[in-house]
Amino acid sequence: MSDTVIPYMVKPHPVTGIPNGKFGIWLFLASEVMLFGALFSSYVLIRTGAPHWPPEGGLSSEILNVPLATLNTGILITSSITMVLAWASCKLGELPKFKLWMGATILLSFGFLIVKYFEYSHKFELGHYPSHDNFYAVYFTLTGLHGVHILGGIVVNSYLLGPGSKLWATDREHFTNRVENAGLYWHFVDLVWIFLFPCLYLL
Amino acid sequence: MNPTTTPTATGNGHAHDHDHGHDLERHGHHELPFWRKYIFSVDHKVIGIQYAVTALFFLLFGFSLMMIMRWQLAYPGQPLPLFGKLLGETAMPGGVMAPEFYNQLGAMHGTIMVFLGVVPLAVGGFGNFVMPLQIGAPDMAFPRINLASYWIFLPGCILMMAGFFMPGGAAQSGWTSYPPLSDIATSGQTVWCLAMVLIITSSLLGSINFIVTIVQMRAKGLTFWRLPFFVHAQLVTSFLLLLAFPPLEAATVMQLMDRLAGTSFFLPSGLVVSGEQLKVAGGGSPLLWQHLFWFLAHPEVYVLILPAMGIVAEVVANNTRKPLWGYRLLVYSVIFLGFMSFVVWAHHMFMTGMGTTMSTFFQTTTMIISIPSVVILTCFIMSLYGGAIRFNTPMLFATAFLPMFAIGGLTGLPLGLTASDIYLHDTFYVIGHFHYVVAPGTLFALFAGIYYWYPKATGRQMNATLGKLHFWFSFVAINFVFMPMFFQGMAGLSRRLYDPTVYAHGRGVQALNVVISMGAWGLGLAQIFFIINFFMSLKNGARVTENPWNATTLEWAAPSPPGHGNFLTEPIVYREPYEYSVPGHANDYSPQFKAEG
Amino acid sequence: MDEKVYGWWLPPDVSVHGAKIDQLITVLHWFMLLLFVGWGAFFVWTLFKYRAREGHKAIYAPVAAVATKYIEGAVVVVEVFLLFGLSTPVWLAYKNNPPNDAEAVHIRVVAEQFAWNFHYPGKDKKFGSGKLDLIGGDNPLGLDPEDKDGKDDIVTINQLHIPVHKPVYVEVSSKDVIRAFNIPVLRVKQDTIPGQKIPIWFEATAPGHYEIACAQLCGLGHYRMRADVLIDTPEDYAKWEAENAPPPQEAPAAAAPDTAPDNTPAPEKK
Repeated sequence: MSDTVIPYMVKPHPVTGIPNGKFGIWLFLASEVMLFGALFSSYVLIRTGAPHWPPEGGLSSEILNVPLATLNTGILITSSITMVLAWASCKLGELPKFKLWMGATILLSFGFLIVKYFEYSHKFELGHYPSHDNFYAVYFTLTGLHGVHILGGIVVNSYLLGPGSKLWATDREHFTNRVENAGLYWHFVDLVWIFLFPCLYLL
Repeated sequence: MNPTTTPTATGNGHAHDHDHGHDLERHGHHELPFWRKYIFSVDHKVIGIQYAVTALFFLLFGFSLMMIMRWQLAYPGQPLPLFGKLLGETAMPGGVMAPEFYNQLGAMHGTIMVFLGVVPLAVGGFGNFVMPLQIGAPDMAFPRINLASYWIFLPGCILMMAGFFMPGGAAQSGWTSYPPLSDIATSGQTVWCLAMVLIITSSLLGSINFIVTIVQMRAKGLTFWRLPFFVHAQLVTSFLLLLAFPPLEAATVMQLMDRLAGTSFFLPSGLVVSGEQLKVAGGGSPLLWQHLFWFLAHPEVYVLILPAMGIVAEVVANNTRKPLWGYRLLVYSVIFLGFMSFVVWAHHMFMTGMGTTMSTFFQTTTMIISIPSVVILTCFIMSLYGGAIRFNTPMLFATAFLPMFAIGGLTGLPLGLTASDIYLHDTFYVIGHFHYVVAPGTLFALFAGIYYWYPKATGRQMNATLGKLHFWFSFVAINFVFMPMFFQGMAGLSRRLYDPTVYAHGRGVQALNVVISMGAWGLGLAQIFFIINFFMSLKNGARVTENPWNATTLEWAAPSPPGHGNFLTEPIVYREPYEYSVPGHANDYSPQFKAEG
Repeated sequence: MDEKVYGWWLPPDVSVHGAKIDQLITVLHWFMLLLFVGWGAFFVWTLFKYRAREGHKAIYAPVAAVATKYIEGAVVVVEVFLLFGLSTPVWLAYKNNPPNDAEAVHIRVVAEQFAWNFHYPGKDKKFGSGKLDLIGGDNPLGLDPEDKDGKDDIVTINQLHIPVHKPVYVEVSSKDVIRAFNIPVLRVKQDTIPGQKIPIWFEATAPGHYEIACAQLCGLGHYRMRADVLIDTPEDYAKWEAENAPPPQEAPAAAAPDTAPDNTPAPEKK
């Protein structure tokens, strides 16, 4: 690995106008859209094939905890804002502020997972596991996969807050780009929730 | 740039003075330990070779599974000599294959050949090794993601193999893994799903890397219309992988949920298995899996074939000594193929009872997608016309690709039309059809690629005599394998039958099964030439310089083998990719990287 | 069953709609052969004519290939014809226009690992209802003995009797996994999807004894998902129906399974 030099790691490519990393993250998000798209389509197909939804009767909004989910929606939207502020702080060259906002983002993500934990454990207490019926199967699979994405975001963000921030000393621009890419991913995860919330809880 | 680089590295990118300044980024400095250089390497060439060698191993392994199955098909119920006892009493009681084991071999043959063999070789191997060289890049855009891609792929392969050691054996519901059968299958299927998740993740990482590299890292002067056709093919392939694989990942996750968490995504209500009601909630849809699976698996067909076409284009242009005929037409055709491949998937499902509107739509799109394939074949044959064709080993394989792919393509017609599909669906005709596309088609092209780029990767030529023996024996044998299948299919013989002689119409074509099996074993023997050649040439092959084939594309500007960083001087591109036999030029080839022809 | 009827090409066709399918398959193969031979001849000639040799140079300038455009155009035209002229009408005829109820023989096919159950409604033309809980060894369809519609139902295993020259309306379904109901000589194929009853229909043109195959992998016994189809003359069919109708007493309808030769499991060569 003597000294291979990868062009456009930091600076934008003159034609595409973005550096490699940002291009990569957009492509990754495209594949994520296909992943969640497939899951949402499966949900639609299974739901339209069911004589009643949820199969056990009642309404989604009665079975699932709408207030908690609303709280979670609020948490995620706030975390998206703090994420933007973290990136903006980098742009303005203020590392301490970045750390503050990034820390807040991570805390909020944990908050989301904790709320989710309460929601899940309540369902388990009632004996409603994914195998209960397809309503729960869809609910747990979709929110579970989304939760895994949140966890992934926490890992990335923690890296940027911790060891990853050393890059700031040597290459600010590169570090800022990384924060921006993590932010793009984070907004996507947030967006998925914005779709999940009404589709699962309200409709 | 970095003066500490050792002089032993055969050709590093350091010698050249880059003027990009801050654009450029550098990792690492010193001579790397063995394990960083050859095992956990971030060098695209090492990763490409790792992929290729792994894939070749699995191609041989997957083919061996089929050679064992072929005994049962040729001589149903007779004990398999020699190997029968080795495989154990559960798989082969008394040396006779058990039906469960036959199904395992069938499912694993398909899975291994497609996901562990052809795709990793065509994309992971050739894509990784050749593409960055052809675009004049020092490496992939994300070398560490490239590393991760291989090291997620390999555990996926190992996990897939582990299936054989699960209670009840490996996955046995076909490579298509249709539920409910796969939902209620033994635990080998769970391993199959987990391995697929790893393999899919690996190929997603790979495809992102490929696209970014091709778009962002082309050498100076290398516009899109100057890219070698192989790179265009890889670009389209990467988009297919990027967008088609996630739905299968979603489906696999749902199948895992069905198997592990007891959900019913693919299980309808009221299932009765072996006289017992299945204790699940029900309400799912078995066809949902098929839609998601084929939404991947049809583009997957093009993932197999497009890189193969790319290789054929390179080899044909080089060995006809003339520019590729209809280069732009070829590029438009593959892009069109790529788009269309997303809207033909349900032609695999004509017999599932779909409505006539839907089936008419899908058979129409299927006919439309056949047109660019015809155009591509025409371009290749017109490229031969007027050439001065050298028949070296890569060219033999590339030439054979054309009629073989033509047979595969033409026999797709009766399957793509709904009315004839009523009779031919799920018969041996289908097996013959897609094997002509994938085996003597794609695999021959991949062999052409190996013979063609082996000198670049190793600095040595492969032996031409062994190569020709390999070609002729394979070519003859493989047609004995797949041609009779069309006749079996016409006779109505269903696929995946452990013992075709149960049926009267199967007994009518049983003699052909013996022919096919002989062909398959002959094909197996023919590969010995290749295996010997592949390893012997590492030591004994004739040494080559940068450009042994007198080729024009950028990979031939780098030393053979290229060192880390690929090029000694940053390549600049002056012209179109296939400028052969340009009137008035001194040589019959005018490389892209030379200002003077 | 006469084995000699099966060769290396299409088996005999004894269905009304099959002739058109065979015609399409034949036309297609002539078309494919024509393309392949014509194209192959040109290919081989090119390889020979333009082989590298002393004093031969490749031509740089692209050949203006007018012929290829016409050939490609012709291929497109033929494909359009195949698609809309031959395939689609046959497919639509096969899929739409079910026979009218009064005339047709109604049969339900229920597949399971690894046998085909055939359920005939009997004289009253009404199928007895089934219940999941009643499914058992001697009642593969779970027919309800209380249901009077089911009293005269006939249930056979791996033996399908149909009358010749009479439309047959079959609803296929499966108890467990997906498989495909395939009668090669009748040019009939339909996946059986658990949880769905999918109707197909056909009409036989000649009596005979043929086989039903499974065309979709359905487990370790997929290869022995074989059943007989007996196309009977009207007299034979009536006779068979009379012989197999359950006795009029209160005998549970479910006890009716045909005990006629059960040739499911053992493959003949073993």
